[in-house]
Amino acid sequence: MEGEALVILLVEDNLDHAELIIRSFQNHRVVNQIYHVTDGEAALNYLFRRNQYADPEKSPEPHVILLDLRLPRIDGLQVLKEIKADDELRCIPIVVLTTSEAESDLAQAYEHHANSYLVKPVDFSKFTQLMDDMGFYWLGWNRHPCL
Amino acid sequence: MEQESLTILLIEDNLDHVELIKRGFQNHQIPNTIYHVADGEAALDYLFQRGEYVDPEKSPQPHVILLDLRLPKIDGLQVLKEIKDDDVLQQIPVIILSTSEAEKDLAQAYVSHANSYLVKPVDFGKFTQLMNDLGFYWLSWNRQP
Repeated sequence: MEGEALVILLVEDNLDHAELIIRSFQNHRVVNQIYHVTDGEAALNYLFRRNQYADPEKSPEPHVILLDLRLPRIDGLQVLKEIKADDELRCIPIVVLTTSEAESDLAQAYEHHANSYLVKPVDFSKFTQLMDDMGFYWLGWNRHPCL
Repeated sequence: MEQESLTILLIEDNLDHVELIKRGFQNHQIPNTIYHVADGEAALDYLFQRGEYVDPEKSPQPHVILLDLRLPKIDGLQVLKEIKDDDVLQQIPVIILSTSEAEKDLAQAYVSHANSYLVKPVDFGKFTQLMNDLGFYWLSWNRQP
């Protein structure tokens, strides 16, 4: 467990959900910093360092990506596919975080090599607990070689 | 959170580690059953239901796979590759649980689509906590088809 802030890229168009997620991570036991984009195109631009995301100081490579499935412009599954097709980006863990429990979404997410699939709990305290557990698992325990 | 027992396939040749992992899961808040194989060949036989593992009652498909990297007969990375090349098995989360922190092992594991990579803590208390957190995350929070 390191002292430096670990970077999360949050790809989420629902601003209420984004607010809830960002708030849950604010006092997290793992020091972190969340970068938030609201559509699939911005997510890919961020990760491939295009346009306004060209500066790695301002748009650092994330330790984990939290990805919603229903997104404007480019769909979450397509974003997932493009990240996992890239030799360098594919080692960043992608946690799908969605309201959908549909079998077809689950199956397609794993087919495109999502690392994990989580369904947003409707209950507020469960939501907060999920953020706590998930953050600690991916930022505290999990290792990855990208950085 | 389900009450039925969730199934873990543990692929590990170090019997001390097996003991430690099993103990870590024994009183886990999520009811679970661990099936253990000690080499890569047995792991693939189990998952592809070959040889002594043909009976799905006795060798049920696991909800999660804990995979060591250094294994006799067939290497852990090869086991990982074969799981992730199979249309059905690829949906099962594979968690690498290794003593290796080598960049090369990490990179190869992710290239072959490991779902997660964990380094076994040497400290006993930490090891137990990891088993607790990892079990809860994958058996309770994570969803799969």
